[in-house]
Amino acid sequence: MSTINLTIDGRAIEARQGMTVLEAALAAGIYIPNLCADPDLRPFGACRLCIVEVEGIRGLPASCTVPAGDGMVVRTDSPLLETTRRTLVSLLLADHADDCLACAKNNRCSLQTAAAYVGVRERRFPKATRVLPVDDSNPFFTYDMNKCILCGKCVRVCDEVQGVGAISFVNRGYDTKIGTLMDRPIISSLCESCGQCEAKCPVGAITAKNYQQPSRKVKTVCSYCGVGCGLLLHVRGSKVIAAEGDRESPVNRGSLCVKGRFGYEYVNHRDRLTRPLIRRDGVLQEASWDEALELVATKLAEHRGKFAALASAKCTNEDNYVLQKFTRGVMATNNVDHCARI
Amino acid sequence: MAGLATTFGSGAMTNPIADLENAGALLVIGSNTTEAHPIAALAIKRAVRQHGAALIVANPRYIELCRYADVWLRAKPGTNVALLNGLAKIILDEGLWDKDYVESRTENFAAWAESLAEYTPETVAAITGVSVADLRAAARAYAKPKQGHAAIVYAMGITQHTTGTSNVIATANLAMVTGNVGVSGGGVNPLRGQSNVQGACDMGCLPDVFPGYQRVTDAAPRAKFEEAWGVPLSGELGLALTQMMGAVDEGDVKAMYILGENPVLSEGDASHVTHSLPKLDFLVVQDIFLSETAKLADVVLPGSSFAEKTGTVTNTERRVQLVNRAVARPGEAREDLEILLDVARRTARKLGLSEGLFDFAGSEAVMEEIARLTPSYGGIAHSRLGDQGLQWPCPTPEHPGTPILHVGKFTRGLGRFVPVGQLPPAELPDEEYPLLLTTGRSLYQYHTGTLSRRVAGLDQLMPEERVEINPADSVALGVAEGEPVAVSSRRGRVVAKAKVTDRVPPGIVFMTFHFAETPTNVLTSAALDPVSKIQELKVCAVKVERVG
Repeated sequence: MSTINLTIDGRAIEARQGMTVLEAALAAGIYIPNLCADPDLRPFGACRLCIVEVEGIRGLPASCTVPAGDGMVVRTDSPLLETTRRTLVSLLLADHADDCLACAKNNRCSLQTAAAYVGVRERRFPKATRVLPVDDSNPFFTYDMNKCILCGKCVRVCDEVQGVGAISFVNRGYDTKIGTLMDRPIISSLCESCGQCEAKCPVGAITAKNYQQPSRKVKTVCSYCGVGCGLLLHVRGSKVIAAEGDRESPVNRGSLCVKGRFGYEYVNHRDRLTRPLIRRDGVLQEASWDEALELVATKLAEHRGKFAALASAKCTNEDNYVLQKFTRGVMATNNVDHCARI
Repeated sequence: MAGLATTFGSGAMTNPIADLENAGALLVIGSNTTEAHPIAALAIKRAVRQHGAALIVANPRYIELCRYADVWLRAKPGTNVALLNGLAKIILDEGLWDKDYVESRTENFAAWAESLAEYTPETVAAITGVSVADLRAAARAYAKPKQGHAAIVYAMGITQHTTGTSNVIATANLAMVTGNVGVSGGGVNPLRGQSNVQGACDMGCLPDVFPGYQRVTDAAPRAKFEEAWGVPLSGELGLALTQMMGAVDEGDVKAMYILGENPVLSEGDASHVTHSLPKLDFLVVQDIFLSETAKLADVVLPGSSFAEKTGTVTNTERRVQLVNRAVARPGEAREDLEILLDVARRTARKLGLSEGLFDFAGSEAVMEEIARLTPSYGGIAHSRLGDQGLQWPCPTPEHPGTPILHVGKFTRGLGRFVPVGQLPPAELPDEEYPLLLTTGRSLYQYHTGTLSRRVAGLDQLMPEERVEINPADSVALGVAEGEPVAVSSRRGRVVAKAKVTDRVPPGIVFMTFHFAETPTNVLTSAALDPVSKIQELKVCAVKVERVG
């Protein structure tokens, strides 16, 4: 990968060939406000907040669509850029709900970050209110188009990454919104409930139901199919409250399916077994660990050689290693298998 | 897995999942990838939609990938060998094969090529129901991609047949003759269905091999494990899961330990399992829920979910990855490893054996022993796994892992062409049971539902079984969309609502096996592949009738 050299705000920057100006700046630790750019998606140039001045290029190009070039001289801040960006953000805020503190994306919202950077201190345009129905039909996430800024990340991730294309821009001009074919509820569309749109939405337009902030995140591997996607489990107290795709995982690079993202709930289910059970008079009854393990050991010792074990394709390598070692080394048989065939 | 071991010397996915994106052509056979392995499907879709790869889908059912396919081979269930042999024959006859590769990398080509004589396009078209034109288009697209190499992706759709091993061998033959093994963007790629099914195999949870596929019948590995563990070991083959129930009936197996599995719902001819397990003198089930199988146990031990344990799992592309404990276990439930070690120590003590065999400080220490005794895991240690994990073979602590298998040389040396012939499934529709039932998975549920049925949102998205039936059959049977129907086979009967759809062709019905209320596997056949002992869950004869 060849490197190129450019100048951003008077600083000499090294970038990889093929990066956009925005990527080069962000990689060098220089913030340019942006709403529609995403490292997993193709450049789109919709929000125009990432405009810059480039010597030799007319106007104010969007840095997310301009390839970084060798010797390029870029300015990210100037009076013209500031005024233009302030107008753009003011227009976005003119019909955006003012309920930031109550919003599920509070503190995780790119519009907040951009507005804070640009510095919008007064309302320049009269407040316009859109009252679009909230689409609550999916069990895992909610579409509230009143908060949409039309960055198109949801549409693009659904198309470019998921290859599903359940949603698109519908209507024109001020009436433009994100919708499904024939504007049906999301649940009645092609949507596969993977939640990638929710994960990408930079504002409060698409939010996970019952979202809570985690107190910590734990890196692990999804428990469903054999693909082995990297997960960050969101933990609050002693409960798993959400799962996020791990962008550092070489397997899924941040993507997840419906089960990977939303299928963790069984961990907290009230049906979980919490005490050993022993069958007495034909009924399974609670027992102490010592009692249960002594019974198991006694009965298994009686049946040495007439024993079979089923290991688990859901348990770890270490669990399974120990079970086959026990079967072979203690129970003196090779009768050990698992559901590899189903 | 036996099929790839015979031809290549190693029964695992040859290429990384992400590498599918580099393929110039993809043959996806017996895999409903977008529903059963959604994130692997993303790489396939990117290859097709963003890099212009050709996609050939072979599946009797219309699946989402058919939307993107250049050719859809709607072969009748149970005709995969004929289909794959037919493609190979066209590739040979049209001179589309890779002569240099075959000469330098493989053996037994001549005998195999001769065995294809009877698989003319016309014969294959008659057996499979696929047109000669589509066969030729598929063969050309696979053999001569516009750019790069061609990859084969398969799953249970070709393995769960009495000819499962032959089906896999046929894919391997096809990949070798076109020079597509040991290269980026190529390979033969089985997608495994469970988070650690690959690892459970690697760890020797199979009746014929110790960890690392070292055969129990070979003296050398047996001596190695006897020395390491300090106990004598049996050199006799054990029983496969599909044979265990018979052994229980015969009284040869008196006690069973089942760790986190639910054979009562997952096994073919499930009634057999339900009848046999109670005949055991003693059944222990270690699980996180009282599954249908746990309800039959004498002792149930409460274990831990993936979020409550630390250890490693190995994904379908042979990547060993760390699972980290995130939360505490509920109530008195214990970590699975701790329970197993405790049971092992107590039983060893009662038998007068050394408890020291199970003296491990934790999962990291267990992995140290695994690495010592398993050549392909020789360089695996928890401390090395980091963000990326390691793909085996990883023989030494310095080894970076092996993303692509068989580069330059097959695991067994030369790749071996093995002739395989088309055989009919064990049970086909007849007058009494006129329809063919094939089974599979849905995106929204998982396996026997023990986990996914306990996620309210998933159960809302797919709350119950639906029997997919073609409109032509539904008219003939007088069944309307959403009406309950009884599906019965020689082994059992279940009731579920009909879903009238042309996703299935006339004569074929489709069901999943996710629902305890509709235990589809009471219908399926327990007929086995003679080599892999896999059950023929993809084909059995049924009749469908209106209820009420």
